[in-house]
Amino acid sequence: MFPTPIDKASAPVRWLYKVVLPITLIVWLLPIIAVAFTAVRSGGDLAAGNYWGVPTWSLYENLTRIVTDTPILQYIRNSFFVVIPTVIGSLLLSSFSGFALGIYRFKLNLLVFFIFVGGNFVPFQILMVPVRDLSLHLGVYDSVWGLILFHVAFQTGFCTFFMRNFIRDLPYELVEAARIEGATEFEIYSKVVLPLVRPALAALAVLIFTFIWNDYFWATVLIQGNHAMPVTGGLKSLNGQWVAQWHLVSAGSLLAAMPPIAIFFLMQKQFIEGLTLGASKG
Amino acid sequence: MNSPNSPKKSWWRKNQRQLAPWLFLAPVMLLFTLYVIAPIFQSIAISFYDWDGLGEATFVGLGNYVELWSDPDFWISLKNNLIWFFGFLLAVPAGLFMALFLNQKVFGIRLVKSLFFFPFVISQVVIGLIFTWFYNPSFGFVSDVLRFFGFAATGVLSDERFVTYGVVLAGVYPQIAYTMILYLTGLNNLRPDLIEAGRLEGAKGWNMLWHVILPQLRPATFIAVVVTIIGSLRSFDMISIMTSGGPYGQSRVLAYYMYEKALSEYGYRMGYGTAIATVLFLITLVYILFFIYRIYQQEKDSA
Repeated sequence: MFPTPIDKASAPVRWLYKVVLPITLIVWLLPIIAVAFTAVRSGGDLAAGNYWGVPTWSLYENLTRIVTDTPILQYIRNSFFVVIPTVIGSLLLSSFSGFALGIYRFKLNLLVFFIFVGGNFVPFQILMVPVRDLSLHLGVYDSVWGLILFHVAFQTGFCTFFMRNFIRDLPYELVEAARIEGATEFEIYSKVVLPLVRPALAALAVLIFTFIWNDYFWATVLIQGNHAMPVTGGLKSLNGQWVAQWHLVSAGSLLAAMPPIAIFFLMQKQFIEGLTLGASKG
Repeated sequence: MNSPNSPKKSWWRKNQRQLAPWLFLAPVMLLFTLYVIAPIFQSIAISFYDWDGLGEATFVGLGNYVELWSDPDFWISLKNNLIWFFGFLLAVPAGLFMALFLNQKVFGIRLVKSLFFFPFVISQVVIGLIFTWFYNPSFGFVSDVLRFFGFAATGVLSDERFVTYGVVLAGVYPQIAYTMILYLTGLNNLRPDLIEAGRLEGAKGWNMLWHVILPQLRPATFIAVVVTIIGSLRSFDMISIMTSGGPYGQSRVLAYYMYEKALSEYGYRMGYGTAIATVLFLITLVYILFFIYRIYQQEKDSA
């Protein structure tokens, strides 16, 4: 283990570490603590210049106001309408492509794989004008379907990369044994490989959920009206309308951040496994 | 049902294994081509035209690129991209040191590690809003601190000298959490025998880190550098939320300038916008090819 475990250090060093650790944590999380404190503050606090002091507890009032006076619940609902189909679609499709590239050896295998990997890194702006046009032609511009189609297509790049590497590390003898027993290729996918890739699917689901929930660029490019606006774009426009009403914007931000935070805490293991793929080998 | 030896079924049976991968790939390749691969080439094509997005497009050859060359706003954006690039790269050592600091086994450390990771889970929109308040000249945290030390409070985001650095700081904050988690995973998989051998040879502290630990962390470093560089070139959200490119366009980067030219109230100049996007794409392509080359090397080794 590196650095040397702290309980092998001298007593003062041990105590120092135990004091410095929570202080660092508070400083590091100051932006988030600030938003949480502001969300429970009353408008009166802000008017009186009490930005950093003890808040007058009014979380409930703040939440009631944003829920009744703004379309925030609609924004959040739109986000779910975009995120859930995107997760299902990109997982399903990349389980196909990951299977194809991870199990079969054919001439163009690596080339196809590299196209997915490379495509996953291109800047969004090089896609913006044609994707907006395509969405207009398909009649999905300014609707959640426009976002879903694009997100599924784009995320399959990363998901294919992930699934293919995971499937390639599975024991190939299982596939050969299934073939000898007369399984069709689709049965090998559905009965042999699919049950084994559940951990990879879980990790991807958590990651894609968070990425897409937090997407802001495509929400601004492909959506115009509140009827389909996800919560990221919605928060930005709320902030524009509510100049200096920070307690309300904070309460909204907190509400909007809840789903990814909940997912992260519930499925932390999968989240980190997904994110750190390749960080310990290769 | 066909009988087992009918010609159709046996043809399928014979060729199943050749066809299967392509059948599995077909839906994904169709969608990916439509939404990712083709648009790259379409964008490059559009960059040779003058087009408002609706009417007739006129071919102007390299006209948009010639205009870019003498457009001071383009150069400001490109310069800011460089600041983002180097600012973001600081996230790699910063994440490493945070990971070293947190790689201990004390009570509650698991929770502490996840809390440190928090900024990455939260939307950039939220982070951007908070930093905007921090920088506010009349009540923001930064001004309070400056006043406390007797300096004049300044609006970071309204001062063209500081604005990009202010936005980069907000952008790099979640990125550090990301590189930290990469390094924590790397530190988890260190080989104890190598560390022990290093200790026997008398390696300690910096020496140990540099000669024994860092070489073992190379995969983590590689991924951290790649995602950080790509992240810095993708910078858009923070600028849109915190400054809208201002003051006077001094905090734009290529990604934002492109959006402004092609889609905002400043006019729908699709050709000019895609020319900017093409420049950004070519810069990114260098890193993409570098990354693919690395994977290709690994594939060759493992095959």
